Amino acid sequence: MKIGRIKVSTLLVYLALLIITFIYVYPFLLSIANAFKYDYDAAQNPLSLIPNTWTTSAFQRLFYHSDFPIWFRNSTIVALAVTLGRVFFNSLAGYALARLEFKGRGVVFSCIVAIMAVPGVVLLIPRFLVINQVGIYDTFAGLIVPLLVDATGVFIMKNFFESVPRAVEEAARIDGASTFRTFWSVVLPMARPAVITIAILSFQGSWNELSHFIVAARSAELVNLTRGVAGLVGGGLGQGTQFPLRLGAAVLMTIPVAILFFIFQRRIMNQSTGAVKE
Amino acid sequence: MTVQASVGTTAAQAPRRRRPDGGRRRLFSGRKGGQAAAGWLFLSPTLIVLTVFMVVPIAMAVWVSVSDFSGRGSPWDANFVGFDNYAQLLSGEGLPSRQLGQALRNNLYYVLLVVPIQTAVSLGLAVLVNRRIMRGRGFFRTAFYFPSVTSSVAITVVFLFLFSATGAVNRAFSMIGVNAPNWLADPRGLGHIMLGWFGVDQAPEALRASPLLGVSWWDWLAGPSVAMTVLMMMAIFTTSGTFMLLFIAALQGISGEVSEAALVDGCTGWQRLRHVTIPMLRPTIFTVMTLGLIGTWQVFDQIYTGTQGAPGNTTMTPAFLSYQTSFVDSRWGNGAAIAFILFVIIVTMTIIQRNVLKEREVSKRKRFAVLRAKDARAAAKEVAS
Repeated sequence: MKIGRIKVSTLLVYLALLIITFIYVYPFLLSIANAFKYDYDAAQNPLSLIPNTWTTSAFQRLFYHSDFPIWFRNSTIVALAVTLGRVFFNSLAGYALARLEFKGRGVVFSCIVAIMAVPGVVLLIPRFLVINQVGIYDTFAGLIVPLLVDATGVFIMKNFFESVPRAVEEAARIDGASTFRTFWSVVLPMARPAVITIAILSFQGSWNELSHFIVAARSAELVNLTRGVAGLVGGGLGQGTQFPLRLGAAVLMTIPVAILFFIFQRRIMNQSTGAVKE
Repeated sequence: MTVQASVGTTAAQAPRRRRPDGGRRRLFSGRKGGQAAAGWLFLSPTLIVLTVFMVVPIAMAVWVSVSDFSGRGSPWDANFVGFDNYAQLLSGEGLPSRQLGQALRNNLYYVLLVVPIQTAVSLGLAVLVNRRIMRGRGFFRTAFYFPSVTSSVAITVVFLFLFSATGAVNRAFSMIGVNAPNWLADPRGLGHIMLGWFGVDQAPEALRASPLLGVSWWDWLAGPSVAMTVLMMMAIFTTSGTFMLLFIAALQGISGEVSEAALVDGCTGWQRLRHVTIPMLRPTIFTVMTLGLIGTWQVFDQIYTGTQGAPGNTTMTPAFLSYQTSFVDSRWGNGAAIAFILFVIIVTMTIIQRNVLKEREVSKRKRFAVLRAKDARAAAKEVAS
């Protein structure tokens, strides 16, 4: 009898999970399906997963009659540059904070933690002013450099390096390797899991970033995906116009992060759990 | 090319910062002095970028918020106007003050509803997914987490479609014969709608006064508009996956023995959840609520992409208002002041919440350290979403 009860409750849990999964997944399936519909079809049958008439006209318009390819290129350049830069700078800083002994280390770390706590929204306006003053407004440098460092990444790398046994470095040091060499050829290769984590977070973060790009550039040549697609939508309030086009753009811009997510999902989800464990 | 050049200069400036003399040579020694030089050298790119793009901007924003900067030339050339910008915003008279009042009201309801619901939803998902006997846990986890990795812009586009007048949600409602509102164009507040059920359609005389930021009592009671509820659902949809992972980690930290002991004592599943699991999860609940609070006060992307504050200013948020005031209306002093007012609100509410939910078992220091680690991750997420 007990077994019977457990089975019923398990079934209920599965049923609940399936309903919730439907709510979480169906919007994405709908977006993909509606991107392949004609405008009137999307307005007439928004719920159906199969277009009455398949069409790629939304995608054709995006690729041949809009700046979408430029946006995509810009997002790619910025995301790759930010990812490389963050991996390098974060691991350098993390290593210094975890392993190198010098006066002021604790103070620096506290400062980084304090800066981490400042809400990004406070920085939006003044960042524009500084970017302008430094003379990198409306350049790739303006898009990339302010994003090159993130306190979170420094934090993750520091935690990781603290878990690496010191003996490894001692051996390298005794062999006469410089600090940078020890870091670069001995310690950093061991930090691969943490490096991959930083790379994923950085790519995803800079790919999805919006507000910084709004204030850092103006010219059409430097619009990235989030800004471009937001502009495609901007102001349109709920009227059923051009939804296939917008949804197509949203689907396309999601593909790179989705691929990254599905390749590394185990690591991404374990990282989030790992970061929380005390 | 430009990028590489500027990155190059950042790195090249590094040795100049400390020990301009032969810092590089000392690196090879591996002794204490060398370590100090190497330490500062390794930290220099991070410190320079943090200083230039985080610390200096904050200082500049403080200045701009007490200046009459109009967007032309250097902010340092603007005139000092004391606390005029703040006074204008908080006076309760004039458009800027009323706009801020409305934005704060909108966001306050957003926070009050989204934070508890997203905490409950993510906890619920974690408990459901974490059952040991279950198959396909990975699949469900992936499905619930996926919205969290996509960009807020893409999700907003999807929600604009789902909740448009001819969209999927209204189609589903009409299939079961329910007349749904035109969600994103509906400025009616939920509070007013509910008062309407009791026959209160107009502001009673007593509630006509505008005591706070130029918004009348009646309008403070409006609640979130129908349009705003769509954005709230979206927030819950996109953040619950992330917070679910935090809860799953915490659940896995609860030893099996505790739950088994409860099981042996004859507790039902619900009792176990209520009296064993949730009390043990208190630190995580605390973290999730704090992160939620910080994140929900900074709604920007969704407004920029979706509604731009419409309909009837009911989806305007302080974050977007601050941007619009500065970049569109060129009232930079006001815009910066709004950002700081928001900052003060976030800090105050976080402190209040910390005190309310204070937890004694975990030592303060330890909890702070743990919280920081999580803060960091969620901050990254918040930026990402």
